[in-house]
Amino acid sequence: MAQAPALPRGFELPLEPRLPRIGSVDQIAVEQRAATLATRSIKRESKLFALDLAVRMIDLTTLEGADTPGKVAALSSKAMRPDPADLTVPPVAAVCVYPNLVPHALERVRGSSVKVASVATAFPSGQVPIELKVEEAARVAELGADEIDMVIDRGAFLSGHYAKVYDEVRRVKEVCGEAHLKVILETGELGTYDNVRRASLLAVAGGADFIKTSTGKIQPAATLPVTLVMLEAIRDVYEETGRKVGMKPAGGIRHSKQAVQYLVLLHETLGPEWLTPDLFRFGASSLLNDVLMQIRKERTGRYQSPDYFTID
Amino acid sequence: MAEVEKRQDRSPVPSAFEYATAPESREIVRLEERYGLFLGGEWKEPSSGEYAPSVAPRDEEPLAEVAYAGGEDVDLAVRAARDAFTNGWSDLPASERAKYLFRIARILQERSREFAVLESLDGGKPIRESRDVDLPLSAAHFFYYAGWADKLEYAFPNRRPRPVGVAGQIIPWNFPLLMLSWKIAPALAAGNTVVLKPAESTPLTALLFADVLRQAELPAGVVNIVTGDGRAGAEIVKHPDVDKIAFTGSTEVGKEIMRAVAGTGKKLTLELGGKAANVIFDDAAIDQAVEGIINGIYFNQGHVCCAGSRLFVQESVYQEVLAKLKRRMGTLRVGDPLDKNTDVGAINSREQLERIEELVASGEEEGAEIYQPPCRLPEKGWWFPPTVFTNVAQSYRIAQEEIFGPVLSVLTFRTPDEAVEKANNTPYGLSAGVWTEKGSRILSLAQRLRAGVIWANTYNRFDPASPFGGYKESGFGREGGLHGLAPYLEFEK
Repeated sequence: MAQAPALPRGFELPLEPRLPRIGSVDQIAVEQRAATLATRSIKRESKLFALDLAVRMIDLTTLEGADTPGKVAALSSKAMRPDPADLTVPPVAAVCVYPNLVPHALERVRGSSVKVASVATAFPSGQVPIELKVEEAARVAELGADEIDMVIDRGAFLSGHYAKVYDEVRRVKEVCGEAHLKVILETGELGTYDNVRRASLLAVAGGADFIKTSTGKIQPAATLPVTLVMLEAIRDVYEETGRKVGMKPAGGIRHSKQAVQYLVLLHETLGPEWLTPDLFRFGASSLLNDVLMQIRKERTGRYQSPDYFTID
Repeated sequence: MAEVEKRQDRSPVPSAFEYATAPESREIVRLEERYGLFLGGEWKEPSSGEYAPSVAPRDEEPLAEVAYAGGEDVDLAVRAARDAFTNGWSDLPASERAKYLFRIARILQERSREFAVLESLDGGKPIRESRDVDLPLSAAHFFYYAGWADKLEYAFPNRRPRPVGVAGQIIPWNFPLLMLSWKIAPALAAGNTVVLKPAESTPLTALLFADVLRQAELPAGVVNIVTGDGRAGAEIVKHPDVDKIAFTGSTEVGKEIMRAVAGTGKKLTLELGGKAANVIFDDAAIDQAVEGIINGIYFNQGHVCCAGSRLFVQESVYQEVLAKLKRRMGTLRVGDPLDKNTDVGAINSREQLERIEELVASGEEEGAEIYQPPCRLPEKGWWFPPTVFTNVAQSYRIAQEEIFGPVLSVLTFRTPDEAVEKANNTPYGLSAGVWTEKGSRILSLAQRLRAGVIWANTYNRFDPASPFGGYKESGFGREGGLHGLAPYLEFEK
């Protein structure tokens, strides 16, 4: 068994069916704080900095039944060179695909900095026996994915079986090997910020390298206040144990302006140390072209037609 | 500045994500070089011929010359108000009065950017606050009281409400336009006419408001604006033809006013100082409570009568709250009030800065421990960094006196009874905050805390429908809500 990761004090062992005190979140106040931070005005060089960082943080994602090797190849090429007309634009962080397409993605991104992420554990519902989840995650790791995105069992969580949730994360983490584990909470199904905080701490306790808001299949997906609650949980873990956990809002982030708002939230909650693709990702597909368009606009002072940006 | 740097106990983290300056343009504000007094719908020179500049706290730039009114001018203002009251305004159908108020509210909304920029220029508060708090709330007050104007008989059934007459209103410098709205809106809705004196350091939005009145075609003399210092205020208070005095400001001046109106039959409401307790229990949502502490004391540089200047933290979470508070203070952006990313602006005046400095020095002398996050203060203008004192005893001046600046005193408690006892142990009683996830505790504390306004799991939230006012030396009478109408009405005995 892998060594248990460091935990916040008073959080060593989630006892069935209850967790130790993990505190609570005030809904009105957290939404107000997120709304205030969203009014930050990010201009000129700081905007360019944020846009460039946003590109480097994107997990370019396609998770459709209709995905094909051809689609994934196109996506991977885009990931490596997002803007063929401007080679100063960096590659994105990763491509995120279903397990069957991992070999195709790997082949395409070989030699570049772009990582391959894949989903496992009966994404998006997580409603299969634990043995199958572990096996799936192990297979995905074997296929060579650099990062594995698992889903928590929301059914177990909402019925109060927190130890089951924790245990699944722990067992999946054991088979991930070198691959980074991102744990998807599917916050749109959790119902309260208190639950989001509790699930965040459970996932971190189970060994998550990243916690992620959503599968992208459920509305609402990522929101600013949900992200703030998760970042605050990450901060508490860091303050107590020194362990750095990453954050990935996913779903519904389509515009540069939103991406900049998330980065402001990150910056003012966890500080400049977290402003790196090692600790923050955007799960998105359509965001990239909007960011490219804004970068071009900041550099040239003019907006270009969407036809100048490739659709992959 | 040097001293601030010396005090820092952690170095600033270098950040590549420095926000570029994002200044709100001041082009939208057109100021006259010199403003007279707004009497009977016209601009008049002060009889003394005396003017003084109103200065921008952020860089001490003189913005405009403003008249200093004397006794003769105040007399003219009161006459104009009396004249407007008897010849038209008080006989106007109430629904017509309401129309003027609605019109003023809409014009304030339309011109809100202009007012917000001027408020930040003249007063030093961050544009984010004047834009998102002062202006929307000012308009909301006029909308709210416009709605009451033709429903007074329903608001006070069987009591035959009628206007008092001429209201003399004296307002402070911390929320210039908002305090003007708190005063003028209910007075006009009730059918009174007004002589208003803005504070000497922040008269400009009141003078710009005169232009709103012109635009709204409010009959001449219904609102008169006299600028000047305390002398003008004193003239209003002692004028025999003023029927009601409404004052917001310091407890010291409030007491003088009370002495002056004693035996005159004038109605009086006072909204004075405060030293509010913000009480954090160990079951509170800590991160949000820390936001509440920050908002409680650093909102408007702490120039807030209801500021949560005494923080009471339950001992079991004291370390955690303090660590989070200090971290959060480090992210406050202190600087140019016109920058859209500024969180804490400039101190309103040199006098106020000196008072803050004097009290902070006394805190250090008495043995409290000071913390100020590293921050670079501009060279020109009046500034004070966000400050927190720990190891504060209830007997220290910083725990007793109103500092009216960005300075927080932290005390601890062990049980709810102790929290209530300590929180009430002050001559003031304006506001208080309670942070707990336990609903029953909120209700019990709300009953036991001797304060006019109690916030639960939030702080410094205002709404025109909610009455605001104090206990004890924080004054009497309520502003806002139905309660805020009563002081402007006479009732059948």
